[in-house]
Amino acid sequence: MHAIEIDNLTKSYPVGFWKKQFRPALKGLSLRVERGETFGFIGPNGAGKTTTLKLLMGIIFPTAGSAHILGKDIADAEIKKKVGFLPEQPYFYDYLNPSELLDYYASLSGVSATERKKRIPELLERVGLADSARKQLRKFSKGMLQRVGIAQAIIHDPEVIFLDEPMSGLDPIGRHEIREMIQGLKDAGKTIFFSTHILSDAEALCDRVAVVHKGELRGIGVMSELRSSTGGKTEVIWEGSGAVPRVAQLLMDSHVTGELVRATVASENLDTLLARLREHQGRLISVTPLHGTLEQYFLSRTSEPEAARV
Amino acid sequence: MNTRLSAITLNTFREAVRDRVLYNLIIFVLLLVASAPLFSQISIGMQRLILVNVGLSSISLFGVIIAIFIGIGLVSKEIEKRTLYTILSRPVRRWEFIAGKYFGLMMTLAVNAGLMTLGFYIALFITQGVLKPADAWMLVSIYFSVLEFLMMTAITLLFSSFSSPIFAAIFSFALFVIGTFADDLRNFAALAQGVTKWLATGAAYAVPNFASLNVISRVAHDQHIAGKLILYNTAYALLYSAAVVIAAILIFERRNLK
Repeated sequence: MHAIEIDNLTKSYPVGFWKKQFRPALKGLSLRVERGETFGFIGPNGAGKTTTLKLLMGIIFPTAGSAHILGKDIADAEIKKKVGFLPEQPYFYDYLNPSELLDYYASLSGVSATERKKRIPELLERVGLADSARKQLRKFSKGMLQRVGIAQAIIHDPEVIFLDEPMSGLDPIGRHEIREMIQGLKDAGKTIFFSTHILSDAEALCDRVAVVHKGELRGIGVMSELRSSTGGKTEVIWEGSGAVPRVAQLLMDSHVTGELVRATVASENLDTLLARLREHQGRLISVTPLHGTLEQYFLSRTSEPEAARV
Repeated sequence: MNTRLSAITLNTFREAVRDRVLYNLIIFVLLLVASAPLFSQISIGMQRLILVNVGLSSISLFGVIIAIFIGIGLVSKEIEKRTLYTILSRPVRRWEFIAGKYFGLMMTLAVNAGLMTLGFYIALFITQGVLKPADAWMLVSIYFSVLEFLMMTAITLLFSSFSSPIFAAIFSFALFVIGTFADDLRNFAALAQGVTKWLATGAAYAVPNFASLNVISRVAHDQHIAGKLILYNTAYALLYSAAVVIAAILIFERRNLK
């Protein structure tokens, strides 16, 4: 059983006053997320990320298609006991303090009073808000609110956690803190589905990513494969430009600056290159395997014409 | 009451209690009731009558104002501030949310009415020097005001479930004014002919009948209220409110929350 199964999920909004037309916000999204996986849902602003999360959370209803979480239809409210959700730029009841807020949300998720009493201080400690437990949320900074947001999403110990742009609008320290928290959840074996347009966050945390653009899925990539998607190239830097003519046929490209040579070589030719450099007194400086980046993958997916290319 | 429903009810109550505007209204009403004995100095021998009229009318009017003022934002504020997202992503049914909001505001209004009643009887005691058995009839008038709050809260919740706070306030207040003159509308329907009669009768039964809940002048003159009227008004207010809350739920159940 998959943690999340989405089949042909579609959402269109009516536009126009007299002549109703339908503007698609999400076009037939289908994907699967495994249990324990950290899945990045990336795309530019307005790509359909938040629409997808709203559909999965039952905030809006699909025009077509279906989705299941842990094998149960999303229309089944009971499944939400095992689901946590952090909306984009969340706002909470600012007349409450974090303890009261977490108590409210935990009771809505069916956590018993005894369990709530135990979990709330522990969780506030974990997200670094123990000292502000009795302070009203209206006095909280954005970073603190985001930590409250993470806390409310996991207060009921859910199996699947949805995070909508969890790092957006945060300063570098705030982003680092949230990233650490997500890493902690990942280490605890939770399934995490998070949307972001900040690629470095997805790159650092995700096992797989889906690229969504203009309401349609443009591709799903496994991070470890993306990292080696340049086909096993290696960058070699050495001193001794005299060696270049002797090894030229092994190199994919090279740049010479004075005596310094920077060259790219196919990984299968690396050993031969290193042997020849030794023969011709080339002084080796560095050997670096080259990775494909998520950015390259993202740009390649979002720049192609609109067609199925999963 | 299930846990989720009671949690939403209590949170709605807590929000209202922590809202400073609510305190202002309570203080205003208490001041009004407390100043009632001063009116008696300009109308000798009419102290009790004026106090009862001013006091009971204030309890009713301010309760309705609070019902509209808070009720219009009950749903729309949660959508606008997106707090609803974190509620609906939990095992909360949409009907539980609407019902919880309704009970929460009713709880607020009941507590307010209780405080105002206390203030009113203190003012009455100060004016008369004693509380007479006939003064207990005023509780019936206050009870009818609470029934009025039941209906007004349901109406504002209905409008709040599909329109903006401004429109919800306008619609609710308009319906309150029409409902206050419901008897006149019924009289008009009885006298009208043809399609007008049909339309007026329909409208007369659709709008809330607040006129029959207003017994302030009768209790002010120590007239007794028939038990039958109490029963009729109770049943009417409960059924009307239930129908309106169900309508609000049906609208909200299908609504896409942007």
